[in-house]
Formats: sequence, C-alpha cells, structure tokens
Amino acid sequence: MSAEVKEREPLFSAKNMKLIKNPINLSNPITVQVLGICSALAVTAKLMPAIVLSISVLVVMAVSNVLISLLRNGIPPRIRIIVQLVVIASMVILVDQVLKAFVYDVSKQLSVFVGLIITNCIIMGRLEAFAMSNKPWPAFLDGIGNALGYGIILIIVAFFRELLGSGTVLDMQVIPEGFYEFGYKNNGLMILPPMALITVGVIIWVQRYYTRDLIEKN
Amino acid sequence: MKALRKFIDKQKPHFEKGGKFQKFHSAFDSVETLFYVPDKVTTAGSHFRDAIDMKRTMIVVFISLIPALLFGMWNIGYQHFLSLGESPDHWTMFLYGFLKMLPIIVVTYGVGLGLEIVFAQIRSHEVNEGFFVSGLLIPMIVPPETPLWQIAVAVAFAVIFGKEVFGGSGMNIVNPALTARAFLFFAYPSDMSGERVWISEMADTFSGATPLGNALVGNFDNMPSQWEMFMGFLPGSIGETSTLMILIGALILLATGIGNWRIMLSVFAGGYVMGLLFNLWGLNDYMNMDPLNHLLLGGFAFGAVFMATDPVTAAQTNKGMYIYGFLVGVIAILIRVFNPAYPEGVMLSILLMNVFAPLIDHYVIESNIKKRLKRMKAILIKN
Repeated sequence: MSAEVKEREPLFSAKNMKLIKNPINLSNPITVQVLGICSALAVTAKLMPAIVLSISVLVVMAVSNVLISLLRNGIPPRIRIIVQLVVIASMVILVDQVLKAFVYDVSKQLSVFVGLIITNCIIMGRLEAFAMSNKPWPAFLDGIGNALGYGIILIIVAFFRELLGSGTVLDMQVIPEGFYEFGYKNNGLMILPPMALITVGVIIWVQRYYTRDLIEKN
Repeated sequence: MKALRKFIDKQKPHFEKGGKFQKFHSAFDSVETLFYVPDKVTTAGSHFRDAIDMKRTMIVVFISLIPALLFGMWNIGYQHFLSLGESPDHWTMFLYGFLKMLPIIVVTYGVGLGLEIVFAQIRSHEVNEGFFVSGLLIPMIVPPETPLWQIAVAVAFAVIFGKEVFGGSGMNIVNPALTARAFLFFAYPSDMSGERVWISEMADTFSGATPLGNALVGNFDNMPSQWEMFMGFLPGSIGETSTLMILIGALILLATGIGNWRIMLSVFAGGYVMGLLFNLWGLNDYMNMDPLNHLLLGGFAFGAVFMATDPVTAAQTNKGMYIYGFLVGVIAILIRVFNPAYPEGVMLSILLMNVFAPLIDHYVIESNIKKRLKRMKAILIKN
C-alpha cells in the first residue's frame, strides 16, 4: 500500500476562512440569496430582539450543521429532510427554553419567531447544500458564516428602524429632546414591515454599488 | 425674450462637452428647455420629434391644475377665517392661503428637482419633466398645516423610492405624488389625519372634521349640502375640495386629448356603482348615503382626474383602462365605508390599482391574442 500520508488541512486555511467570509458579503443569505426575509421583516422593529434572534440562529445553525455533518453517512437519502428537521427542531426548542429562562422579556417580544427558526429557509438550505456533503469542521464554519451574514443584515436593518422609528437605540433615547421640541417626529412608517423591506432594498443597493461582482452581466 | 435667448446661447458652450461646467449640463438643459422648444433633431432612423413632447404635455397638465390650486389657496383662507368667526374680503383670504401654500410648493420643487438633477447627473441623463407636475400635485394633496420638513422627507422618499430606483420618470410603478402622500400618511399620521389638521391655525373650539371623517363615525348632522360639496367650501387637503374646479381642469385635459376619458369616466362609474350597491345593502347610515355624495366629497374627483389618469402608472390598453378605473372607484368607496381607520380611500385604491395595472394589461392582451387566433382558425377551416 502506498505510504503516502495525507497532509492535514490546517484548521483556518484560506479555504476554510472563505466559508465564513463569503456568506457575509458575496453570498449573503439575505441580500444575495434572498432567504430568511420573513424574519428580517418581523423582528427588526427594535434592535434588541434582532440581536437575540441573530444569536439564536447562530447557535441553531452551527450546532445543527455539525450534527447533520456527523450523521451524514448514516442518513438514508429518502428521509433526510425529516432527519434534518428533527435536529433543527430540537435545537430550536433548546434555544427557546434558554431564552425563556434568561431573557424572558425579549423572548416574549420574539414570541413565535424563535419557534419559526425551524422554518428559516437559510438553515434548511445550508444543511441540504453543505452539511450533507462536508466534514464537521467546515460545516461548523459554514454555519457560523451564514448565521453571521444573516445576523449582520438583521442588525443593520433593526438599527435604522429603531433609530428613525422610535428615536432610540437599544431602548436608550438617542435623538435629543430638543429635536422634538422643534417639531421633529418619529417616523411611524419605519415601524411597519414595508419599511423593513425597503431598508433591505437599500442595503442591497449599497452592497452592489461597492461589490461590482454581484452585478449581473447581460 | 430675445435677451434671454441670447443669454442662454452665450452660456451654452460652457455646458457642452469640454466646457468648464460640463458636469452641470443636465441642470442647464432643464432650464433651457423650460423656456424654449429644444432645438435637437434626431440623427438616425426615420422618426421625427412631435411638437407635443413631454414638456408640452406636462405644461397642459400644469395649467389644468391651476383652477383647483387657486381655489385651494382661497379655501385655506376661507376655512381659517371661518373657524375664527371672521369674514374678511376675498383677497385677504386668498393672500392668507397663498402665503400658507407658497412655502410648501417651494420646498416640494426644491427637494424634488434637486434630487432629479443629482440623479440625472450621476446617470448622465437629461433632467426629466416628470417632476414638473408631481411637484405641483404633492402640495395639493396634503393638509395646509403639514410641517415643511415632513414634506421634504416625503418628496425625497417619493422621488428616490417611487421613481429613481425604477429608472426615473416613465419607469415608475406607482404614482410618485401619491407615494409621497402615502409616506406622510403612514409615517406621520397625527399630522395627516384627524380633526385638527385640515384647517390652518384653527380656533380651538371649532370642529375641523371633514365630512368624510364625520360620516365614518356616524355623525351626519352637519353634512354639507351637495351644492357646497360641489363648490368645495369644505375643510380638506388643499386642492381636493372643489369638484367644480377639478372638472374645469378635467375639461382642459380632455379637450387637449392629454387626459384619458376612459379612465376618468370609469373611476366615477365605479364609485357611483359601489355607492348604489351600499344603498341596496343599507346596514347603517353611511351605507345609505347618496352615492353622488361619495363622488363629490374628499379626494375622489381629484384622484379620478389627476391621479388615476397618470399615463405611466395607469393601464395602457383601452379595455384595461375601463377595468382599472372601475376598480379604483369601487375600492376607494369600499375603504371609505368599511375601514374604520381610513376616512378616505382614494389614495390607497389608486396605489393598489397602479400595482395591478400591468397585470390587467397582460390579460387584456392575452385575451385579444386568443380571440384573434380563434378567428384565424375559423377562417382557415372554412377555406
């Protein structure tokens, strides 16, 4: 037999780092793949819920990516979706219980949307597209990367919506009282879901302006 | 006039390619063509420039808005002094309204044209005339006391997200003027609806509710007579109250062939039919209201004549226009009567139908193709 020792890839090789970097910009789940829009509209009226949801998604995504990657050779292809769902669902229930135990107020604000992480298309998509055919470590990085890409957009949108819609950031008054005395008013439209969609649109606009690779050639 | 021409000609080389102000050529171009018919000729292909270009079209619409605009200014003053219990002469009223209105118009044009010029410059287009009319429509559909900064924000929103992201004038899906109003309506509801906003500097004891606002809460005691509704001596958005003045504008639009009679007619028909249907249903006082009142009150006439007929956002096919207009009327009355939060539904119904207009056109064209195919087959079989 050949004595050739397969050289181990370093943990943070350029290829692995790409798994984290790409989803943040070039293949961002929200602004490029347009996945997970529903939660981006629903929980971004305030910054705090957006941050908590981003972290929850990060945990669910990283762990279920690793689990599915470990199980990938044992999962019969016919029932793989069910297996994936079972893994995600158990993770989501865990996260939900933790949130209820430690940050009850935010958990109440997020209400059904923590549970709806199960149906978040990004997670299912990454399990199908990546974890099912890759080793645990790259799968872990991929999960982290995509969750970060998702979370960054959520937090940017929530920041602007809270700032312009309620005049606060993380529930602290940012816009000075003096403005209100001059007749400034909070923009009620920012709190409504349509404005989240438009904010996401503006982010896509800016992103494409700076990242020429994203512009379709025709 | 000759001096102006000479002056413009003298400045021209600076703005052409290689001149020192080349960057501002679109600003220059917009000023030049505002005063004179452009001297450009086509260089390729066999088509010619019609004397009725977009600028002339827009100017006709502009002229047709003037009766309603002047009446609106007078009405601001009239309502103001009425609420105070005074009755000065008409010039005082007009002057009062004029001074209220002027800053709104200046801000709208300043912000809107400024943004248009910036976008035209970035894209190296010419400045489009589209905003010429929108800039007059926006001041006419807001309450007289709307804070100026809110108008500036709304105009910026409408120009950028209503128009420029789609590629500028002629590419927009929804009417920019109504986009601005919808923005104000949802973003700053306390300045756009209720009883306090329709009369400027109103006396505290006076009830400033519009007839539609009253009707929605079931108060029909001080409903104005139909004559008053028609003439427009009512509180409301600046340009919308007088049906008479709007109809004069409509006549100008129809006589010059610029407004579309199919749309106007079917909007009014839709509103009237819906009013009649509600009469048959008749569950409460509002449903039993004379359908004619619906057409005379609020922004119905204004929307039908100036907003629904916008050639960019309306349906394009003849059959489609009837369907589009009819549904605008129907939905407007439906929102008025059924939605407890919105006393007026014309803005929302026009915006909604703007979105559906391309779909309506699509099916009208498809059905036409099918019809012709059938006829073709029948002929082929016969032979």
